[in-house]
Amino acid sequence: MPEISRDEVAHLAMLARIDLSDAELDHLAPQLSVILESVASINGVAGDDVPPTSHALPLTNVFREDVVVPGLTAEEALAGAPAVEDQRFSVPRILGEEA
Amino acid sequence: MGHGTTAALLADRLAAGEVTSVEVTQLHLDRIAEVDERVHAFLHVDAEGALGQAAESDARRARGEARGPLDGVPIAVKDVLATRGLPTTCGSKILEGWVPPYDATVVTRLRAAGLPILGKTNMDEFAMGSSTEHSAYGPTRNPWDLDRIPGGSGGGSAAAVAAYEAPLAIGTDTGGSIRQPGAVTGTVGVKPTYGGVSRYGLVALANSLDQAGPVTRTVLDAAMLHDVIGGHDPRDSTSIQHEWPSFTEAARSGSTGDLSGVKVGVITEMQGDGWQPGVMARFNESVELMVQAGAEVVEVSCPSFVHALATYYLILPAEASSNLAKFDAMRYGLRVTPDGDPSAEEVMRATRDAGFGDEVKRRIILGTYALSSGYYDAYYGQAQKVRTLISRDFDAAFAQVDVLASPTAPTTAFRLGEKLDDPMAMYLNDLATIPANLAGVPGISVPNGLAEEDGLPSGLQLLAPALADDRVYRVGAAVEALHERQWGAPLLDKATGLEGATR
Repeated sequence: MPEISRDEVAHLAMLARIDLSDAELDHLAPQLSVILESVASINGVAGDDVPPTSHALPLTNVFREDVVVPGLTAEEALAGAPAVEDQRFSVPRILGEEA
Repeated sequence: MGHGTTAALLADRLAAGEVTSVEVTQLHLDRIAEVDERVHAFLHVDAEGALGQAAESDARRARGEARGPLDGVPIAVKDVLATRGLPTTCGSKILEGWVPPYDATVVTRLRAAGLPILGKTNMDEFAMGSSTEHSAYGPTRNPWDLDRIPGGSGGGSAAAVAAYEAPLAIGTDTGGSIRQPGAVTGTVGVKPTYGGVSRYGLVALANSLDQAGPVTRTVLDAAMLHDVIGGHDPRDSTSIQHEWPSFTEAARSGSTGDLSGVKVGVITEMQGDGWQPGVMARFNESVELMVQAGAEVVEVSCPSFVHALATYYLILPAEASSNLAKFDAMRYGLRVTPDGDPSAEEVMRATRDAGFGDEVKRRIILGTYALSSGYYDAYYGQAQKVRTLISRDFDAAFAQVDVLASPTAPTTAFRLGEKLDDPMAMYLNDLATIPANLAGVPGISVPNGLAEEDGLPSGLQLLAPALADDRVYRVGAAVEALHERQWGAPLLDKATGLEGATR
């Protein structure tokens, strides 16, 4: 590490569900290499005995009383949707053509 | 009363019946109309809504039912907080035109306290950036010099208060996005203790780092605003249950300028190569003023801070790539449908390519990489461990001193475009502010003068232990008072970028 190839960036973009054009791949891949090279400096900084921190302040699960509180109406929840049909989110087909 | 009147003074005049909220709100709307074409601090101005809320405030006050000192004092809100009925874009094309059906808790509290909302301020897309140049709607300009950046990601909020378009604003700080814009625009910015201000309705960049806070021209104004927005919220599971003291009182007690008995630690790792000489000169001057005011100053080493930037740029993209997965073109926001009969996945990929800007794509891909199997332990896992070391450095430092001090940003405002295509150079702006986010501790940036080489503002950063937010207000107000005695006027009086505009 930490060279990151154009093909790897294309694969990651697919995983992240972003259609990157060839021009974007040419542009982003070298930049990502530079960033990775820089952040790779933390390798080996902390020994095995150091516990990881996920949140700055220690937290345990938080629960509330199981009581009904007002939520969004169906109209409000659908208000920002790109497409709506019969009070539901309308989405493109989910399965691929080969399915 | 001019635009430059502080929120605290406006509160006094409203209470004394010398002005009305409608007058104050109109004055700021007029200022926005006059200068915002040049500054571009706002993405959306809600004149009608703000004046309506101001009229309600005046009516309440006339009935003797004012809800608190800031009732009727207008405010600008960063466009990353959900505002019911007002567009919320996060500076992104993917949310263009989205009008949230609910308010963020911070916004609910502003409304409950009677502050008219002037509008939504510009920002780097999804708060990713240090210059506001990554906004999909064009950059904000620094009121000190319109060819320079106002900092980021909250450059809109900082520029709005610096240009007197608003007396108060809300920002959010994930790696310095409140404090660094404060430093480069000569204004005050506070990042509260993580969990001190609710994140409900704050569109998440990195959940474990994000924190909303005050953006103002004075320390007292920031403290008064923090008293309004802070405190436990059952809707945010990371919100802290704590009896917070009055930050307003803390700021007032600090404004005497007396620092006797206060121990200040100067961070060894935040000076030297890469720090602009004019910024360091102002920093050393602030330290000297604190010593003269009775503070005991010692140098404190935080050796793991040198790894903070790398740690941050692994943890942040990892969390951001997960958070932004919700932009799937199905429930809200942009939908781009390619030709033919595309699947949901193809629609999602096309939408995210069209809707996200370069920086967002960079960080999503970086985060996807850092979380990939095979790399997880080496990158994300290691970063979480170094985060522990950084917190330990803070613990050790605060065992010796009451507050830590450093310059807020390594340089003054750079020119628009200068670092736009060099991500690492851009990231270095947050060198001094990032450790506080990783450890969750509170911090403030207070204007501390102009750098000699370019005549642009620099900031002093003060950091305190978690939950000791009152300390950043007390010491921050003292430093502000000491500097203003030295200058004879607020620093912003020297800003000349908007010459010709009425004040």
